[in-house]
Amino acid sequence: MNGLNRKRVRGLSVHVILMLGVVVSVFPFYWIVVMATNTSQDIYSYPPKLWFGGNLLTNIQHLFDKMDFFGSLFNTVIVSVCTTLLVLFFDSLAAFAFAKYEFPGKKILFALLVSMYLLPTQLAIIPQYEIMVQLGWLGTLKALIVPAAANAFGIFWMRQYTSSGVPDELLDAARIEGAGFFRQYWHVVLPCVRPALAFLGIYTFIAAWNDYVLPLVMLVNPDRLTLQVALAQLYAGHSTDYSMVMAGVLLAVIPLVLVFTFFARGFIADATKGALR
Amino acid sequence: MSSSPVAGPAATGPSSGSDTAPVGRPVPDRPSGGPGRHGRRIRPVSAGARPGPPRRVTRYWPQYLAISPYYLLFSVFMFFPVIYTVYLAFQKWDGIGEMHFVGFQQFRFLWDDPVFWLSVRNTLVIWVLSTVPMLFLALVLAVLVNSTKRFTAFYRVALFIPSITSLVAIAIFFGAIFSNNFGLINAILRSVHVSAVPWMSNEWTIKLVIAALMTWQWTGYNAIIYLAGLQAIPSELYEAARMDGAGPVRIFFSITIPLLRPIILFTVVVSTVTGLQSFTEPQVLFGSEAATNPNSGGPGQAGLTTLLYFYHQAFDNNDFGYGAAIVWAFFLLILLIVLVNWRLVQRKERRP
Repeated sequence: MNGLNRKRVRGLSVHVILMLGVVVSVFPFYWIVVMATNTSQDIYSYPPKLWFGGNLLTNIQHLFDKMDFFGSLFNTVIVSVCTTLLVLFFDSLAAFAFAKYEFPGKKILFALLVSMYLLPTQLAIIPQYEIMVQLGWLGTLKALIVPAAANAFGIFWMRQYTSSGVPDELLDAARIEGAGFFRQYWHVVLPCVRPALAFLGIYTFIAAWNDYVLPLVMLVNPDRLTLQVALAQLYAGHSTDYSMVMAGVLLAVIPLVLVFTFFARGFIADATKGALR
Repeated sequence: MSSSPVAGPAATGPSSGSDTAPVGRPVPDRPSGGPGRHGRRIRPVSAGARPGPPRRVTRYWPQYLAISPYYLLFSVFMFFPVIYTVYLAFQKWDGIGEMHFVGFQQFRFLWDDPVFWLSVRNTLVIWVLSTVPMLFLALVLAVLVNSTKRFTAFYRVALFIPSITSLVAIAIFFGAIFSNNFGLINAILRSVHVSAVPWMSNEWTIKLVIAALMTWQWTGYNAIIYLAGLQAIPSELYEAARMDGAGPVRIFFSITIPLLRPIILFTVVVSTVTGLQSFTEPQVLFGSEAATNPNSGGPGQAGLTTLLYFYHQAFDNNDFGYGAAIVWAFFLLILLIVLVNWRLVQRKERRP
């Protein structure tokens, strides 16, 4: 049957084009590994090597000579973990108040929160820098963690989930037993909003891990950097030693991407919901 | 804020099962003496309500306490700084010494500063070069994924991954493959007997590389957003159109595009706001030259975006007043472009 055949060809061509898109999406990760496992000479040669080599450990050794990798990793982990925990706590708590309580000024306060959401951070960055100088926080990780400890997007997102995902009956029951606001939050709300917290947590963690601009401005101390800033400096200083730089990229970036793919399905569904609200 | 066609769980698939659909508007449950939902006078003992009703506002202290961290941080690290930046734009200040009020001098200087206008032009060119193919490809990919039932979960994950990847890492990667002499792209060109292109030295190819980087990072993300919108379009509409004899192209332009318009508007606004703020890409790619030439941004300053110029003025030259003027002027420009975009997409909506 001609019609059936044509349908099949069309179905196949859809997948061919989509696979092309997938290849383009994923290719950089493959190529980063290729570069990180070969020598720089291999990369510079023509034709270039297209497959993994055996030089990864040597490249990593060079990397550790040129860059305080574990120090930067430690700083990045501290910043990401602290920011994430604070954001989860403050945002879900504020979201609970907005979702389930009436109080004077609530409407205005929430409208303010929503309208300030797209304000570019660069508008504030010079005075932020000056504030950190005054506080004596310049060059410390506090300068990154504290300003990021609560954000509008997270409150907005958690409020949506809390108002529909936390049954009023449960809150009423808790109230009758004498639980105040904070005990309701701890015993009723937190268990109910765990799926929304999971998304917000992953999102915040990745954003903090990948952040570049704020650490670039605030971390003035060259021996206390986050991975992203340290990588950029490594590249600026040794831009011709690709295999060594790529070993750094591999170690600093690929694990996060791999971990992400585990949570990816639920996360992507939530991300579209968050974006379209 | 709400975009109607994508409200239901159908938009995103059943993958997160615990997310219940909104069950009516939750009634505010503040314990009060009035006729509450339960009608009876069960008087819940709230943390704040001790014997004798306290005054109106103080009764709500737990709520105010709960929302205070955000507003406190926002005031100190965002609201006050944004206002203070306005003030700074009228001063001359290096961050350490005395501040001098200079009136509109910074803005007058800005108006006559060819480097500023060059940076604005660079930013706009890079934005157009990235946003147009990005949104177009995203729509194509979304329609394709939507037209099939197989491997869709795999496609979604694979297309989404670039958007969560570190920009620094990706900039380094693009710098490597587009390298003037030894990059992968030039090796491929050489294998088909095309002479190597000095990607990182030419005014236009520098912009192309930065735009390609942004396109690579955000196409999949926008495709996923469009896909959610496509899945929310009821299939009866398509069937009805097919019965009326409309072909796939006609269906696409008469049904898909109009119903997708709110989402297209959303993606246009977001990619305008983020696309015009490109900074990390040129900073990582051409950062090493900053020490010798503070206005750098690559050969011919072709990759000097406005935010990169702002960063150099403020944090390399310590010219905080001028930096403040640049960033405010640029913010107003972004606002203007967003409004124009908005009007354009809105006006098309009225036509059918």
